[in-house]
Amino acid sequence: MAEPRKKPPAPRPQQPAGSRPAGSRPAGSSPRPAGATPAPGKAVAPRTAAGEVGVPAVPQYESLIPKASGVRALLAPVGGFGVTLSNMFRKTVTEQYPRETVPTKPRYHGRHQLNRYADGLEKCIGCELCAWACPADAIYVEASDNTPDAQFSPGERFGSVYQINYLRCIFCGLCIEACPTRALTMTNEFELAGPTRAGMIYEKDDLLAPLRDGMLAAPHPMVEGTTDTEYYRGEVTGPTDAQRAWVREHRPDDPTLPEGAGLTAAEQVGPTAAVMAEHVAGAHRQGGVR
Amino acid sequence: MTITSDRSQAAGTPLVPAAPAPVPTEPAATVTFSIDGVETTVPKGTLVIRAAEQLGIAIPRFCDHPLLAPAGACRQCLVEVWAPGRDGNVAKMPKPQASCTLEATPGMEVKTQHTSAEADKAQHGVMELLLINHPLDCPVCDKGGECPLQNQAMSNGRATSRFVDIKRTFPKPIAISTQILLDRERCILCQRCTRFSEEIAGDVWIDLQKRGAQQQIGTFDVEVLGFAGEVPVGASTVDTSGRPFASYFSGNTVQICPVGALTSAAYRFRARPFDLVSTPGVSEHDSQGSAIRVDHRRGVVMRRLAGEDPAVNQEWITDKDRFGFRWQSSPDRLTTPLVRDRLADGSRGELRPASWFEAYGAAAAGLRTALEDGGVGVLPGGRVTLEDAYAYAKFARVALGTNDVDHRARPHSDEEAAFLGHHVAGRTLDVTFADVAAAPTVLLVGLEAEEEGGILFLRLRESVLKGTTTVYSVAALDSRGLQRLSGTLVPAAPGTEAEVLDGVVGDADEDVLSSLAQALATPGAVVLVGERAASSTGALSAVLRLGARTGARVAWVPRRAGERGAVEAGTLPTLLPGGRPVADAGARVDLAAAWGVEALPTAPGRSASQIVAAARDGGLGALVVGGVDPADLPDPALVRDALDKVGFVLSLEVRPSEVTERADVVLPVAPPVEKPGTFVTWEGRPRPFPQALVSHALPDHRVLHGLAAELGVDLGLDSVADVHAELDQMGGWDGARVDAPDVAPGEPPAVPAGHAVLATWHHLLDSGRLQEGEPHLAGTAKRPVARVSAATAASVGVADGDLLAVGTDAGTITLPVLVTDMPDFVVWLPTNSPGSAVRDTLHAVGGALVRLTPGAAPLAPAHDEEA
Repeated sequence: MAEPRKKPPAPRPQQPAGSRPAGSRPAGSSPRPAGATPAPGKAVAPRTAAGEVGVPAVPQYESLIPKASGVRALLAPVGGFGVTLSNMFRKTVTEQYPRETVPTKPRYHGRHQLNRYADGLEKCIGCELCAWACPADAIYVEASDNTPDAQFSPGERFGSVYQINYLRCIFCGLCIEACPTRALTMTNEFELAGPTRAGMIYEKDDLLAPLRDGMLAAPHPMVEGTTDTEYYRGEVTGPTDAQRAWVREHRPDDPTLPEGAGLTAAEQVGPTAAVMAEHVAGAHRQGGVR
Repeated sequence: MTITSDRSQAAGTPLVPAAPAPVPTEPAATVTFSIDGVETTVPKGTLVIRAAEQLGIAIPRFCDHPLLAPAGACRQCLVEVWAPGRDGNVAKMPKPQASCTLEATPGMEVKTQHTSAEADKAQHGVMELLLINHPLDCPVCDKGGECPLQNQAMSNGRATSRFVDIKRTFPKPIAISTQILLDRERCILCQRCTRFSEEIAGDVWIDLQKRGAQQQIGTFDVEVLGFAGEVPVGASTVDTSGRPFASYFSGNTVQICPVGALTSAAYRFRARPFDLVSTPGVSEHDSQGSAIRVDHRRGVVMRRLAGEDPAVNQEWITDKDRFGFRWQSSPDRLTTPLVRDRLADGSRGELRPASWFEAYGAAAAGLRTALEDGGVGVLPGGRVTLEDAYAYAKFARVALGTNDVDHRARPHSDEEAAFLGHHVAGRTLDVTFADVAAAPTVLLVGLEAEEEGGILFLRLRESVLKGTTTVYSVAALDSRGLQRLSGTLVPAAPGTEAEVLDGVVGDADEDVLSSLAQALATPGAVVLVGERAASSTGALSAVLRLGARTGARVAWVPRRAGERGAVEAGTLPTLLPGGRPVADAGARVDLAAAWGVEALPTAPGRSASQIVAAARDGGLGALVVGGVDPADLPDPALVRDALDKVGFVLSLEVRPSEVTERADVVLPVAPPVEKPGTFVTWEGRPRPFPQALVSHALPDHRVLHGLAAELGVDLGLDSVADVHAELDQMGGWDGARVDAPDVAPGEPPAVPAGHAVLATWHHLLDSGRLQEGEPHLAGTAKRPVARVSAATAASVGVADGDLLAVGTDAGTITLPVLVTDMPDFVVWLPTNSPGSAVRDTLHAVGGALVRLTPGAAPLAPAHDEEA
């Protein structure tokens, strides 16, 4: 209501604000509140301007910019070329992508990564808080029990299925904020385009952080005498001999053992990420040839 | 049947009337007081927290549960209370009070945290104390997201913790049973679980232990708590893992635990509340019709919870209802129709997938041939919904022109068919759970309340504890379930039930019989007779005689979910839908008019056993088999033989079974979670449930509709709405009923030396097909044992714990002996537990003569793995 309610009781039902012309109401018809649907066949009050019936007309638009006069008014039609001219003498900002890849800003929101603790155990506990936080419903997680034979993360629970759908992801970073163990962070990798829809769903293998020097590939037991709290506090700085012995016993050929084939052999990129890397490399080659 | 329509709109007598709305009772005395300045009037004795709920004022709480006795254990619900003193002046109580133990008194003024800074501060303090030792491992906790502690810590707790010391820790979860896991760190000692196990289930399997900061919930397990050599005092049965038996109702503690201290192995780390889509449902495991909630994620059922229905299951369900659901999504589900081609020599070839068109065509061709060659018998099985049962009944009469339809895949008799037609069909809601709970005396005949009807047991126990109900049981032995009902055993060897029941007269020689006769004469007394009574000649007639003699009302409690609905739907050889007798020409005309056919078959049909025998002997040309496990019928070998020999077998099944192996055409049907339908409880109460999962699987009634169309008959049952409309329109039968059975008590067999009479009933958790794929649940089953009296054990030469071989000409079951106080020359075996498939191995039912010998051969050790 644009008009304040009248104080004394009105002799007839209150008139809608903005006042339809009184004469437009068919004679004898009872007054209706504003917005009520007219009975079929009855005339509708004509609108005085755009907007809802009963809303006062919008006053004529008046520009706040003062009107130019004299020479300015004369040059006004070509004034816009001034911008063009001034830019002709500035440094070019065009990036020769993909021939030259310019590094992003350090906090750029790129592809996700599932981090590891210093001894190689995964940080993800499969709590699904990232999936919960995701506004685009891009993350799917299933958790499972860690068992003595297959301990993937410290504690009882680990994420056995982890998928991020990059067709849906909007790179808002709410998942990173939600993660209670700092398992999920974002890299600066932005080359995420692919020929298939299925290929844009990254699995856990594709998202896991590469093993770094000294890490022992999961699964293996936790450092003896620790709980997930010690891991969380950063008190675990690397694999112990007992963990290496366990891996040696269960997976003698593991490349991350000190006597193993080394990290290069251990880094098996997940299938989706491998295909994607191939595409990106192909795109770069194409750009380079031209 | 007024599942869809209002009662007033239904024409005539409904087939299955809608459950009546509970009548609100007028409270005798009321109390007027105020909460947060809002005046309210409540019945005398109402707790302040309940009154606040009614006003919509939320008071945080953990230990409070409407169905458990007030405890005041967690102290979270503290409120400021002003009450009139002796001088009449309203004065403040010196300390905040726990509103969950405080009864409202006239003139009381309660100030909750919304209006009182003192109450708010007290609640914040309690919350801080509760959180001191709580690990706050919400990200890994199954309760996270639906946790009262999490929610109320946010709404009524401090934003940040002031606690900087080391928290008390316990080893991570201990397994109370194979299913229930206890994480003592998370426990806030509200005692909901211990109160449930004491007050509701009666299995005291966990309790509070130790004192002070070390106080904790635990089992009396030597390994866990170091209770030097102490074991539970009460009698407890050992479960399959060899540990003291837990409970059939243990899953309820997981649901009522307000933190994540109790979790189930089946749902551990499976999903989060926000993943889950919840659909209300009804349990398909028994005739109790428990309301459940089906939680599913991406088309897979993740868990089931108890639904709330005060008239039926209150808020409790059995573990079978809760954890037995994987069978519906097991990987071996039938997804496409299968057709088997006959080889050149007429023998059966291999099943191959086929289209629905081809399968319908093959099925119709097979049935047409069989109709010219003796006819077709229909065995729907006892697990069908009301709609499906009705479709089977109509399909048999209209499309196949026969009354050879019988859903009773269990021991049965013609006496039972007459009993069902005379006393059960059409008498819906004659005796209800509420009547049983209010009954001064309940007599169980051939019914083991805990094993064969979990909710019935809980409802009985509730009123027994209240002191309003006395339970008697005519059975072979005093089971633990009956002991927990404080019940009186009226001992009866199998086969002598009728004799014992006829002996229940006021001037009987035995005290127990005369006192039972007097107790049954009190108004409101109820006799509950189980499906096992069918295997005892004359028992059902004797029950009816007893009811007529004493005035006690008689109700029939079957085990399976579909049995009662099938009786109403008319899948019995002598009964048409709505309790119309086949023999009554008027009933046939009435139904023929409703169905729009000229006439219905007049000859009474064959019972399930007779159908099977006729199929084997060439009297029938084909069998239409629903969800029937041959091992459930009294003589499984006969059924297998019949399926092999009959000309054509059409199977409607969810998963491959022994019938599938022998079927010519297999049509896949939907399990309850993938179709809407109605189960009818033993009371006759319709329990409609919606479809939970999106599915292409068809319910039985749609498959039968399609098949009938192929046979040139319009069944008119293509949707649930069609079925309901037809049931509504048809209504019940108010004409003459089937005559009451009057069978003389059977002569108890003479027991030669070295023999005994077999008593048997199902354990709640056993080898049933609907419990497959549930290893955690199977671990909580009772260990199968053979029970005999001390004298019988001595006569065979076995002692307690030895192996006893129970044999017939068909086979032998060897189980450890548990010497029990029971009649001599009777041996009890679980009907279908691992290592004890009575019907399949012995081809015997209760009351049969079996041979007893000392079991020399060690019991096959593979049973634990199988379980």
